[in-house]
Amino acid sequence: MRAVLRDVGLLWLSFRLGALDALQYRADFFVQLVQSSVGLVTALAGVAVVFGQTDRLAGWSQDELFALIGVFTLVGGLIGMVIRPSMERLMEGVRLGTLDFALTKPADAQVLVSIQRVDVWRTVDVVLGAGLLLIAISRLGQHIGPAQAIAFGLVLVAGVVIIYSFLLILATLAFWLVRLENILVIFGSMYEAGRWPVGIYPPWLRATLTFIVPVAFAITIPVESLVGRLEPTTLVGTLLLAAGFLVGSRLIWKLGLRHYTGASA
Amino acid sequence: MTRADRVGGLRDAYRAKFRTEIALQFAYRGALAIWLLGLLLGPIVYLVVWTTVARSQGGAVAGFSAGDFAAYFTVLMVVNQLTFTWHFYEFEWRVRNGFFSPLLLRPIHPVHNDIAENLSFKLLTFTGVAPVALLLLVAFDASLQPSAWHIIAFVPALMLAMALRFLVEWTIALAAFWLTRVSALNQAYTVALLFLSGQVAPLVLFPPAVQAAASILPFRWMVSFPVETLLGQLSGEAVLVGLGVQIAWIALALVMLRLVWRLGVRRYSAVGA
Repeated sequence: MRAVLRDVGLLWLSFRLGALDALQYRADFFVQLVQSSVGLVTALAGVAVVFGQTDRLAGWSQDELFALIGVFTLVGGLIGMVIRPSMERLMEGVRLGTLDFALTKPADAQVLVSIQRVDVWRTVDVVLGAGLLLIAISRLGQHIGPAQAIAFGLVLVAGVVIIYSFLLILATLAFWLVRLENILVIFGSMYEAGRWPVGIYPPWLRATLTFIVPVAFAITIPVESLVGRLEPTTLVGTLLLAAGFLVGSRLIWKLGLRHYTGASA
Repeated sequence: MTRADRVGGLRDAYRAKFRTEIALQFAYRGALAIWLLGLLLGPIVYLVVWTTVARSQGGAVAGFSAGDFAAYFTVLMVVNQLTFTWHFYEFEWRVRNGFFSPLLLRPIHPVHNDIAENLSFKLLTFTGVAPVALLLLVAFDASLQPSAWHIIAFVPALMLAMALRFLVEWTIALAAFWLTRVSALNQAYTVALLFLSGQVAPLVLFPPAVQAAASILPFRWMVSFPVETLLGQLSGEAVLVGLGVQIAWIALALVMLRLVWRLGVRRYSAVGA
């Protein structure tokens, strides 16, 4: 428990450092605000165009899709705020040898590298996504009971854990392959496909988005649990998978670390 | 220097630039493939969304069957790849870091450098797009049976669309001479392009006001028009009028480009080597 508290403290510290850095460039906040808002409105307009021709998309109503876009933006914000910048720096650290600095500090190195960089302005996405999600929930209203809300919270956390572990595994591959910044760009492209429910995609693409790039777990499945369409077995399966991913990524991290020789010495 | 000399010089410059550019871009095959993935995924996602809608509506939406949507978005994907440019993402960096200086020192207009870059990119990536397009046509059972004259009309429509989109986007890129941050402008343009050039849905599915805006502004003529032509959605007369509109827009865009360039390049001042 104390270790967890310490990690949260470290995250807060990293956030504050990120904020200090970002406050030098205050105009960026407005740039981010405009970009995120336009991005969100574009996504909503895309859904509105589709629902101008139909009232259900593969069983999903318009409000359910708005909730999906809310989760898409929220999780995308979390990835863009902490996970992706930190993983980029980790890969750079492996290549340049600056990872030494993280390894010599008296805290768990995996925790340190996972939160080493925070892009504070991306909280705009988190806030906008959460706001849209709340609006969508209030419109879905009576269909959502406490059981669904709890299931949603659990699955959402599990989904974020899966995405984090997946990206950590990708970044850890840098220990063996050294140069592969582009791998995160591929993930970014595939993530875009997550703004629609994965159920509409043909089997090969659905399988890709579920198992190869596990976007489905962070977006579609949480919203399914929110509207009460998730099978209990899928819920349990997602939680187990998250635990598996967390342990697996930890093992791969440890294994990769043994390959790291440092470049500065 | 006579006019023939200048044309000959330009041709040699293009030939040399193509050779180096293709070698250069081929060296970054991985990055190229990743760009391509991003370009292909958008149309594929909308293809899936709209075929799903068509099926749930008993087979067709506003006259589009699932097979029509598949044909529309596959052709759109190819046209989008062939007309796409990225220079407006690059100009800010070029201006801020002084990378314009070597281009300005050359005896030919910098636009030629970018045209050659753009065409080499398209040539290389088309080898990836073509098989994906064929695969999609088969996998989604697309109903694409163009008659001979649709194909004949498609060729000039596509080439004019390529020229028009390049000129418009290159002129927009020049905004970097005045603005230090162009990302907001670029995003506004990209969003307008997304909806008004038919990339989210065929334009006929939009309300009449949006359709009118897409036709009055250059957007429809940059992407959607060649697609509509190949799919045989337009009458012969409409195709001819469309080609005329494309030519008119290209003329206007050329004038704008020259004007904005002349004003903008005066503002450019580089530091260092």
